[in-house]
Amino acid sequence: MRVGLFVTCLIDLMRPRIGFAALRLLEAAGCEVVVPATQTCCGQPGYNAGARGAAQALARKVLDEFDAFEYVVVPSGSCAGMIRTHYPELLADQPAELARVQRLASRTYELTDFLLNVVKLEKVPGAYNGTVTYHDSCSGLRELDIKAQPRALLAKVAGLKLKEMNEAETCCGFGGTFALKFGEISAHIAERKCGNISASGADAVVLGDLGCMLNIEGRLRRRGDMSTKVLHVAEVLAGVEERPHINANTRG
Amino acid sequence: MQVASMHFKSRAREKLVNRNLQNALNKLQGNFVRGRAQRVAEMDNFEAIRDAASAIRDRVLDRLDVYLEEFERNATARGAEVHWAETHEDVNRIVCELARRHGVRKAVKSKSMVTEECALNDALEAAGIEVLETDLGEYILQLAKEPPSHIVAPVVHKTRDEVSDLFEEKHGTPRKTDIAELTREARERLRGHFISADMGISGANFAIAETGSTLIVTNEGNGRMVTTLPRVHVAITGIEKILPTLEDVATLMRLLPSHGTGQSISNYISVTTGVKGEREHDGPEHFHVILFDGGRTSLVGTELQPMLRCIRCGACMNHCPVYQSVGGHAYGWVYPGPMGSVLTPAYVGLEKALDLPNAATMCNQCGVVCPVKIPLPDLMRKLREQQFARKLKPWTERAAFGAWCWTAQRPAIYAAAAAIGARLLALMGGRDRLIHSIPLAGGWTASRDMPAPQGVTFRELYRRQR
Repeated sequence: MRVGLFVTCLIDLMRPRIGFAALRLLEAAGCEVVVPATQTCCGQPGYNAGARGAAQALARKVLDEFDAFEYVVVPSGSCAGMIRTHYPELLADQPAELARVQRLASRTYELTDFLLNVVKLEKVPGAYNGTVTYHDSCSGLRELDIKAQPRALLAKVAGLKLKEMNEAETCCGFGGTFALKFGEISAHIAERKCGNISASGADAVVLGDLGCMLNIEGRLRRRGDMSTKVLHVAEVLAGVEERPHINANTRG
Repeated sequence: MQVASMHFKSRAREKLVNRNLQNALNKLQGNFVRGRAQRVAEMDNFEAIRDAASAIRDRVLDRLDVYLEEFERNATARGAEVHWAETHEDVNRIVCELARRHGVRKAVKSKSMVTEECALNDALEAAGIEVLETDLGEYILQLAKEPPSHIVAPVVHKTRDEVSDLFEEKHGTPRKTDIAELTREARERLRGHFISADMGISGANFAIAETGSTLIVTNEGNGRMVTTLPRVHVAITGIEKILPTLEDVATLMRLLPSHGTGQSISNYISVTTGVKGEREHDGPEHFHVILFDGGRTSLVGTELQPMLRCIRCGACMNHCPVYQSVGGHAYGWVYPGPMGSVLTPAYVGLEKALDLPNAATMCNQCGVVCPVKIPLPDLMRKLREQQFARKLKPWTERAAFGAWCWTAQRPAIYAAAAAIGARLLALMGGRDRLIHSIPLAGGWTASRDMPAPQGVTFRELYRRQR
C-alpha cells in the first residue's frame, strides 16, 4: 500500500527524529512510504489566525502533493485534523476542488489511528524500560477521536508501563500562536498540566503532537524538572529514543 | 454595562496572580465540571437529547419572527403587555416609564444577565427608584459594587472571607463565617423588601410561544417571590430565548440544570403566565414582557447564527482552560468564556473586543460540552477572519502571515529558511539545549523555555539518507 507521509513543518524544523520514527513504523507495517519533497505546512497557523486566503492556498498545495496516494499519514493529530475536518470547510465554495479535497480528507489519518485501525500493526519495534503517562492533545482527541489508539499501541511496547494522569484530556495551553500572543495564560495552563504529569509519577509524558510537546517540555524545564522526558508516541513505538547531546555539529 | 474588553490582556495578568481567585476557580472546575459529567453519564440517550435540543433551537431561529409574534399574541391574550426593545436604552426607558406609570418606588430583581447588558440598575437608580438584587450572589455583588464574573455563579470570584467582611461592613452586624449563617443574614435583610417592593424584575430562561409564558430556572426561591409578590412584574428577555411549546421546554430542561450546575433538576422552575386571575390569591396585577434585541437580529442569517442557540448554561466557561485561568472579569463585559468571546464582539462591536476571539487555545472542550452543539471555536475563527479581512489585526501580524504564506508556497526558499532556522535555534539552545529567551517571542520564553531543535531539518536528513 502506497502511503504519503506528511511530515509536518514543526517536525521538519524541530524534531526530524519523529518523522523518521513514523517512517520506520509505516515501513514495519509493510507500507511503501513516499515523502513528497515539496511539502511545507498544512496551513493551520493561517487558518486559526483568520488568514483564510493563505490557508486556502496551502490547502490546495497539500491537495496537489498528496492527491495521488492511497493514504496520507500524519504524525500529528493537529495537522491530520486540519486536513480531515477543516479542509473540506475551507474549500467548500470551490466546486472544482471540493470533491477532491473530500476524498483526500477521507484518506488522511493520524499516525496511531492508521497503524492500529488501517494496517492493524501487530508488533512494534520499540522497547521502553519505565513508566509513561499519556497526554491527549486536543485536536487529535476531539476532532479525530484519538484516545484508545496510542494506548493500544503503547501496550505492545516491551517493558512499558502506562500510568494515567489526572485531566489527561485537558488542554496543555499551547494553541499555536495563542502561546505567543497570550504567553502568560498559556504558561499558566501548561503549569497545571505539568503538575498533573509530575503527580502521575511517570518518568516520561508521551503524546502525539510536537506543538504540545514543546510547550510541555518548555514549562517542565522552566519549573526545574530536568528529568521527566517528553516523547512523541512515534519515538516510543519505533524505539528511536533521543541520544544525549546530539546537535547540528555532531550530526550528519 | 461598560465594555472593558479591550483590556483583556492586562486584566488577565492581574487575575493569574490573584490567589483567592485561583482557589475559587479551582472549586468551580470541581463542582460544575464533575457534576455535569455525572449527570451526562446518568442519561442513557444523552446525544439524542442534545440533537433534539439543538434542532428545536435551530427551528426557532429559522422562524424567529413567527414565534415571537405567536408569543406576543398569546401573552397579550392572557393579560400581559408585550414591549419590543431594540437597544438597551430602549429597555431602560421602557422599565423607567413602567415604573412611573405604576407608581413604583422600589423594585426587587431576580438574576438576569440581560439586565446586566442594559445596566438597568443604574438607569433605575438614576430615575430615583430603589433596586435590590435578591439572588444571593447578585445581592453580594450589589453590596460590593462589582459585576458578576460568571453567568450562573456570579460571585464565584469571591471567597467566603471576603463575603464575611462585606456583610460585617455593610450590614453592621457581628462578623459571621458560617455560610448558612451568612445566607440567613442576607435572607432576613431581603424578606421585608419582597413585601414592600412595587415591582419585580426578572429575566427569562425561556419564553414559550404557545402559552405566552416566561420561565425562570432558579435554586434559591427568590425568583418565585420576585415574580409573584409585587403588584407589577416585568420580565426582560432576549428575543432568541423563545421556545415553541412547553414540550420543547421539557427537552431543554433535561440539559440546562445538568450543564449549568451539575444538578438533575433545579430547585425551582417558575412559569409565569398572564396576570393574577379574579379568584387567584397570588401573582402580579400587571405583567409586562420586554423582548430585547440588543444586536441579536444582526446575527440571524449570518455565519454566527448558531450562537443564538445558546441557553446560558455556562458549561463552556466551566470547561474552558482560559476561563479557568483568568476568571470572568478579565473578559470585560457581561458574558465571559467562549460564549462571551463570540457574543461580546457581536453585540458591542468587533473593534471593542479584539482580543476575545483570539484568547482561546481552540481546544474545543467548549464545543464538545455545549448542550446545544454550538461550534464555539469555529465561530471564534469566523470572528478572527472578520478581523483579518477588516484589517483589525496589527499590520505586523498580517505581514508576518503574508510572508509565511508566500514562503510556504515556495518549497526551495522554505527549505533554505527552515535549514537556517534549525541551525540558529540549535545554537541558541547552547549546552543544555534549552532556549531561555527568543527575540520577538517573549510571550513564549517569559515563563517557559523553548526546547532547542535537533539542528538539521527532516528534509535535509531524508535527502542524505535516500
